[in-house]
Amino acid sequence: MTDKKIFGVTALFNEPNAIISAARKVADAGFTKWDVNSPYPIHGIDKAMKMKPSKLGIVTLIFGLSGAVLALILMYWTMSVDYPMIIGGKPYFSLPAFIPVTFEVTVIMATLSTVVAMFAFFFGLPRNSHALHDTDYMKKVSRDHYGIVIEAIDPKFDEMATLQLLKDLKPITTEIIYHPEKENYPIFEPRFIALLVGVAVVVSIGTYLMLNKLVYIVPFDWMEKQAKVIPQSGSEFFADGRGMRLPVKGTVAKGFIPYPFEGETNPKEVLSNPYFPTKENLELGQRKYLTYCSPCHGNYGDGDSRLAGQFPNPPTLHSDRGRNFSDGMIYHIITVGQNVMPSYASQVTRDERWAIVNYIRALQRAKNATDADLKLVKAE
Amino acid sequence: MSTDYSVEAPVVAGRLTIAQIEELVAKPMDTKPDKKFYLALTISGSALLIGAVCLLYTFYYGIGMWGNNQPVGWGFGIVNFVFWVGIGHAGTLISAILFLLRQKWRTGIARFAEAMTIFAVMCAGIFPIIHTGRPWLAGYLTPYPNQHGLWVNFTSPLVWDVFAVSVYFTVSLVFWYTGLIPDFATLRDRTTSKIKKTIYSIFSLGWRHSSRHWLHYEKAYVILAGFATPLVLSVHTIVSFDFAVSIMPGWHTTIFPPYFVAGAIFSGFAMVVTVLVFVRKIFDLQNIITIDHLEKMNKVILATGMMVGYAYSMEFFIAWYSGVQFEQFAFLNRMLGPYAWAYWTMVSCNVIFPQFFWFKKIRRSIPAMIVIVLFVNVGMWFERFVIVVTSLHRDFLPSSWGMFTPTLYDFGILLGSFGLFFTLVILFTKALPVVSIAEVKAVADGAQPTHHRGEHHD
Repeated sequence: MTDKKIFGVTALFNEPNAIISAARKVADAGFTKWDVNSPYPIHGIDKAMKMKPSKLGIVTLIFGLSGAVLALILMYWTMSVDYPMIIGGKPYFSLPAFIPVTFEVTVIMATLSTVVAMFAFFFGLPRNSHALHDTDYMKKVSRDHYGIVIEAIDPKFDEMATLQLLKDLKPITTEIIYHPEKENYPIFEPRFIALLVGVAVVVSIGTYLMLNKLVYIVPFDWMEKQAKVIPQSGSEFFADGRGMRLPVKGTVAKGFIPYPFEGETNPKEVLSNPYFPTKENLELGQRKYLTYCSPCHGNYGDGDSRLAGQFPNPPTLHSDRGRNFSDGMIYHIITVGQNVMPSYASQVTRDERWAIVNYIRALQRAKNATDADLKLVKAE
Repeated sequence: MSTDYSVEAPVVAGRLTIAQIEELVAKPMDTKPDKKFYLALTISGSALLIGAVCLLYTFYYGIGMWGNNQPVGWGFGIVNFVFWVGIGHAGTLISAILFLLRQKWRTGIARFAEAMTIFAVMCAGIFPIIHTGRPWLAGYLTPYPNQHGLWVNFTSPLVWDVFAVSVYFTVSLVFWYTGLIPDFATLRDRTTSKIKKTIYSIFSLGWRHSSRHWLHYEKAYVILAGFATPLVLSVHTIVSFDFAVSIMPGWHTTIFPPYFVAGAIFSGFAMVVTVLVFVRKIFDLQNIITIDHLEKMNKVILATGMMVGYAYSMEFFIAWYSGVQFEQFAFLNRMLGPYAWAYWTMVSCNVIFPQFFWFKKIRRSIPAMIVIVLFVNVGMWFERFVIVVTSLHRDFLPSSWGMFTPTLYDFGILLGSFGLFFTLVILFTKALPVVSIAEVKAVADGAQPTHHRGEHHD
């Protein structure tokens, strides 16, 4: 037996008062690497063993508070920054409404961290390979006995002397515990590795099938396959293929006067421009021109957009015909369209249309500037 | 039997030794299940299967299979959810609140009650998810960064509910498992079967009954109990917010949170008594789950039953006192309207029958208490039915009034949830120690040192 490595010596007692006084004596002898094992916590053993109170609460405090802070930050960021929405007339950061979730996150963080910290870091569990496992000593203290174990790594440990010390405490029995010769539960056992790999494979395949196959079979695809309007495709529901219904003929939108020359290609009369080409008006016109007109007519109205060369070629706005249009005629063309150019009435408001007209006028004048105009610009 | 209330009754009756306690609790795990066990499992398993079939139909055809309609959009799904969450509350109350209050009698029943909490919350959790109609999309309920750029609405009580119930389940499970670890170690050291030993070794995490560990362990237990206590109160409070935050007459009341919590404890204790009465008989645990314990639970049922009764009457008073016409109508309609039968079932089961517990003979009589707690279970289910259905079926506009008629599928799923609950309970009784071995050993006679020499106190 001498080739075995000694773990420690143990003594068993069968009475709670005896273990308390025994623990007191061992603690007084100055040992540090020793322990008392009992099937349940014994009152007063902490004092007898001279143990310091548990510091577990610090973990709870730190993680509980960070849970509260994290929850509040998450709710603040999602509800006030990333996707702000007013709900029930409450402010974006509505603290009373955030309290329940903050509380729950605090509780879950605090409890889980406490339990994990205690078992994994304070105790070093799970550990089934400890030398005390599978000994008679452990079987007894697991049931109805109380034991003291003094470990060999204690600086004061001396096999004979320590054993004698324990025997002097008048235990029922003493025992010398040796380290097991081979590991009880080796991690790199092939069967265990095979189990882990098997679980990983099954979970991966299962996840793949769930996300890529299951959701596309009946009934899980019913939401996707339901009768609904799908953008860029015709509706099967209405005969005209449109997803939405057109308003009844003659419908007037609230707050709008209908355009009097609707549908006419060459109206005899047109509206007159109600806006002066002020700086603000021209800036608005430029913005809207660049957004809606330039894709075909080009940035300066030359008809040199990337559609140039197609049939029909987008016309230049600097032809004589274009220059001779009245303001109202250009407005009319934007409003009802001309040839392949569609109506822009639904995208561009009336005021914006007049601003575009003013901007086109500015472009036309700039492309055909007179000497007087050049003098004006140079003077500035 | 005369009782001297100045002396605490022994927690463990019959002067059992520590080893005898262990034998008694571990017996169901050491022996093969008998015929009665399989019979019980067959009955509960059949109920579970019926529920599963009804659920499959619901998944396939949608919740049009249920009685839910306009205006009663919340039918059995929500009734059963609130009912089962309520059942769960007793376990946490017994394991956490009574622990903080140093009630030693809780040790015999805590493990079982905690297990019932976990099983009841599992049953409860099913309902809101199937009630969404597309349970496979339930992942959207969690706030995670997604392609839609959307987040859950943190100001909605339904989202609070998701957090409350999932946190409650997780914490209950952790609390329960933490309590089980020393017992797993004890079972590991007493078993002779190699397979059992491997399983117990894994679950015991290699626990060594070390006093240096017990020190932190007891601290952790206090911390967990300290968190579980406000948690259990918060859960049913938040469940009540699902109703109280809306503007529906009959729901929009500030009394809901305390009223729901009291009701939850009431129904939970009734369910615990219902199950324990049979368990202590079948597993021969009369000395550990004593008649004193049952009597104490019956007292809690009496107290919380009267709180619930107070809430019923206070709702009426406030409806009248507020002067809100809709509120007054909602409550009169509960009492006299088309669902009056449900209301009066609720009142008689929850308020009148528990009054018998004023009599000590009835509190300590097993047959009498079985009858009363069964009434309480029924009454508390009807309470949730009354709250959900009678409020919804008559709201502000008479033009949107309607009636709710549950279908066979509704009843099938309700039966299935009972099947799930009792299947889990039955499996639990055979697979795990139904009583905390370590905790009961610690409160047995002579288990603790006599601090003051020569002076015994028991």
